[in-house]
Amino acid sequence: MSFIMELVIALLIVMGGAFSFVGSLGLIRLPDLMTRLHAPTKATTLGVGGALVASMLYFLATDGKLSIHEILISVFLFLTAPVTAHFIAKAHLHQNPDVERHLSPTGRDCGWSTYDRRSHHATEPGSQPDGSEQ
Amino acid sequence: MAAKTSELTFSQRWMPHPLLSVVLVVVWMLLLNTFTAGGLFVGLVLGVVLPIMTSGFWPARPPIRAYGRALAFTLLVARDVVVANLHVARLILFCPAEKLRTRWITVPLELESPEAITLLAGTITMTPGTVSSDLSEDGRSLLVHCLDAPDAEEAVRDIKTRYEARLKRIFQ
Repeated sequence: MSFIMELVIALLIVMGGAFSFVGSLGLIRLPDLMTRLHAPTKATTLGVGGALVASMLYFLATDGKLSIHEILISVFLFLTAPVTAHFIAKAHLHQNPDVERHLSPTGRDCGWSTYDRRSHHATEPGSQPDGSEQ
Repeated sequence: MAAKTSELTFSQRWMPHPLLSVVLVVVWMLLLNTFTAGGLFVGLVLGVVLPIMTSGFWPARPPIRAYGRALAFTLLVARDVVVANLHVARLILFCPAEKLRTRWITVPLELESPEAITLLAGTITMTPGTVSSDLSEDGRSLLVHCLDAPDAEEAVRDIKTRYEARLKRIFQ
């Protein structure tokens, strides 16, 4: 393996580590749950990405084979990170009903789905939202 | 043409979801990490069998109209994810927590298919300083949390022109 290749791989690993560290640091430094959520969803994607590109280059240089596992890992990461973040945000809204006061208005006739349950009641037979049955 | 009304065509019966078949074969080959004829054969079998087995879970397929645009969108998002990482890292390292202008913003949606809205919500979470958190009860507005947004209206406009307009051209 040439010196330049080693240097590039080393730099990528260090960069990946640095971004992972910043993501973790964000968890400590940021003040509340919603802002903390930003750190691991973003700063760490480049952290993992750096390590994955380094891994691809390393196996290309040592075995002379193109390793493509890593592309799959980043695809799965991109699919799961937003879903996890969304679930954590939803759980936060559910557990802290007083957050609703701080939310921006929906701009629609209804509220945010975590708090506005009316369509669920409307679809259940025998329970009308205005209580007009009987 | 006559068989079209009651009988499913050959491709509808055996290839209910061609794009899913292609994705499955590609994922299988990526998992194997080497190219062999046997591996490709197993991949092709999976690519045919799995879409047939799961076709009941795909009642309506998102009609992707423009694959070229979809690829361009993927590249744009990949670029923005890198920018997002640098942006958030800078905020974490150098911006005092009390100076962050965090706020909730409402993005009114023009997209209609659930698949397109899911993709938009995911894109918003992966890109600079925003996490999508909730939908309005009728599914026509998206609640987004901004880490540092000086101007709410500008943040909404950014999301709508940069991502939603492109997704609209891909799906509608």
